[in-house]
Amino acid sequence: MQRILNWIDDRFPLTALWKSQVSEYYAPKNFNFWYFMGSLALVVLVMQLITGIFLTMSYKPDATKAFESVEYIMRDVAGGWFIRYAHSTGASAFFIVVYLHMFRALLYGSYRKPRELLWIVGCFIYLALMAEAFFGYLLPWGQMSYWGAQVIVNLFSTVPIIGDDLGTWIRGDYTVSDVTLNRFFAFHVAAVPLVLLLLVVVHLMALHEVGSNNPDGVEIKDRKDPKTGHPIDGIPFHPYYTVKDLVGVVVFLAFFSIVLFFWPDGGGYFLEANNFVPANPLQTPVHIAPVWYFTPFYAMLRAVPSYFNSQFWGVLVMGAAVVILFFMPWLDRSPVKSIRYRGPLYKGWLAAFVVSFLVLGYLGVVPVTVWGQFSEKVPLLGTADKATVVARVLTIVYFLFFLLMPWYTARDKTKPVPERVTG
Amino acid sequence: MAFSDVGLWENGANPLYFRGLRTARPNPHCFQADEAIGVPAANSNSQQAFDANDKETGSMAPDGSVDGVGDGIVDRKKRRFLIGATAAVGGVGVVAAAVPLGMSFWPSERAKAAGAPVEVDITKLEPGQKINVEWRGKVVWVINRTPTMLKDLPKLDPQLADPNSNYSIQPADCKNENRSIKPEIFVAVGICTHLGCSPTFRPDIAPADLGPEWLGGFFCPCHQSKFDLAARVYKGVPAPTNLTIPPYKYLSDTRILVGADAKSA
Repeated sequence: MQRILNWIDDRFPLTALWKSQVSEYYAPKNFNFWYFMGSLALVVLVMQLITGIFLTMSYKPDATKAFESVEYIMRDVAGGWFIRYAHSTGASAFFIVVYLHMFRALLYGSYRKPRELLWIVGCFIYLALMAEAFFGYLLPWGQMSYWGAQVIVNLFSTVPIIGDDLGTWIRGDYTVSDVTLNRFFAFHVAAVPLVLLLLVVVHLMALHEVGSNNPDGVEIKDRKDPKTGHPIDGIPFHPYYTVKDLVGVVVFLAFFSIVLFFWPDGGGYFLEANNFVPANPLQTPVHIAPVWYFTPFYAMLRAVPSYFNSQFWGVLVMGAAVVILFFMPWLDRSPVKSIRYRGPLYKGWLAAFVVSFLVLGYLGVVPVTVWGQFSEKVPLLGTADKATVVARVLTIVYFLFFLLMPWYTARDKTKPVPERVTG
Repeated sequence: MAFSDVGLWENGANPLYFRGLRTARPNPHCFQADEAIGVPAANSNSQQAFDANDKETGSMAPDGSVDGVGDGIVDRKKRRFLIGATAAVGGVGVVAAAVPLGMSFWPSERAKAAGAPVEVDITKLEPGQKINVEWRGKVVWVINRTPTMLKDLPKLDPQLADPNSNYSIQPADCKNENRSIKPEIFVAVGICTHLGCSPTFRPDIAPADLGPEWLGGFFCPCHQSKFDLAARVYKGVPAPTNLTIPPYKYLSDTRILVGADAKSA
């Protein structure tokens, strides 16, 4: 065995890679629950790739055959229902894991120097993931698939001057059609997965260059053992975190399996009821909403009124809500990284951000009339939909979390950061 | 004793109360960071500082414990058991997940339905006549052989490569001289066992192109393989075996079900 290993090592840096990336790669010893999400995201990515390939064996990307081919997979292909449910549950699981993963960064300042580029690559992954989900959602060619795609592509049509042509160029047709379906299939199955894989590799390389942050925000590389050169608050990734992450994967798969086998439609949020109706270009469903992981941004889009006869402002706001994430490393002016040592201002704003994100998410799912209207006697707000007003306020809160951050993080009353990690 | 050697951290924290690692007491089963599982023992490059007798172990306390936890003794049997048990159960999980993926490769219900047996009505099949039916995308011949044809079959045995059908594919009840369930009605897959062309039906006796010894059979136009009226292959032709007889059964005297054998429903 050792001879085979030597033969390989003479021609490929196998043992060197194993050591530098795993068995002698030192990570902080105080990782907690939030630090499972990165490895879980990788597991979900692999799962989506595999189940996706198997779906592609039977799926037909043709407007006249697509819906039926999905039903064929569900009913006629041996094990097809399992593959489909794994893929649809995996899509929602991916976003749950990624949102928790991003939230960890907000909690512990994982985007701060020297991890700014790591964070930026992560933001690109988030964008690519949203694109992948969007393209994939058209493929079943249900009512929600069709009309969701129609609405989102129309967002691009709101761009001044070039909008109409841009929309047509994206669709390849004057309306969402078989042409659009085929090209979204190519994006979803080939193009974006390649981009995602590339970005994930870059993400991991950037991570390994600087090393992980940790819940205390203390840089473990600042304190190295003089004899070994290893961080004294670090432990090798293998065996500590390979084993710990294995436990995380098993627990994750337990929950994942419960959903897959007993609750695959996720109460109508993972597989939407309306999508079991074949797409009908002549009839718009009463209530269109994107899948749950897009709804916070959708609520913002809807909340922004049109100005100068253009809906483009809502599109801009929605885009800005995602793009502003990229700037986190430079908005945060606090001397401390981790929420454990931050003061009440940051904690308050983070809480407000979370609340606004969650409530906006809810509002994006329901119609704007869900809470009725203000009575006309109310000054300024009279007869406006209550939900729209709330959505506007929360959108502003969302942006203020970022825009005021340079101010409140600089003046926040922080606690002293320990020299060593505290676990 | 181990822990008297481990001091408090500069900020006054006691490493024994460190939240991340497991225990504040010596634990004989706690493994050491550098005794990595799976690193080949012979690979001396990976020899990290720890060794049971080596006291110069960097971040480790003189007793070999890491950050003040454990006393450096590894329970190898327990470790092996745990790794083995995890691998075994994990393997079960991998197989369980792989089964539906692998199963999805088999023909789907739709493919199985399209490949279902085909019923043939032979009421109007005249003696000497052949009809073609399609089963699983293949051409199947159904021929009503005359008594003369049947009488001539044994005469050809010396010229045949496999007169007793020892090397060809046929149902058990067709492994006979006539290669059929009932002598007159002959069912065969009309695809040459050489490279897959469909041979032509040549029931005529002693035609010019096939010679005076020809008592009727099939002639493949692609590479000139010859078969008799029981689709048995002649010696010295490219085709290696007799034509395949598909599974079939009689639903009645006038109806044959091709693609299902006697045992199936």
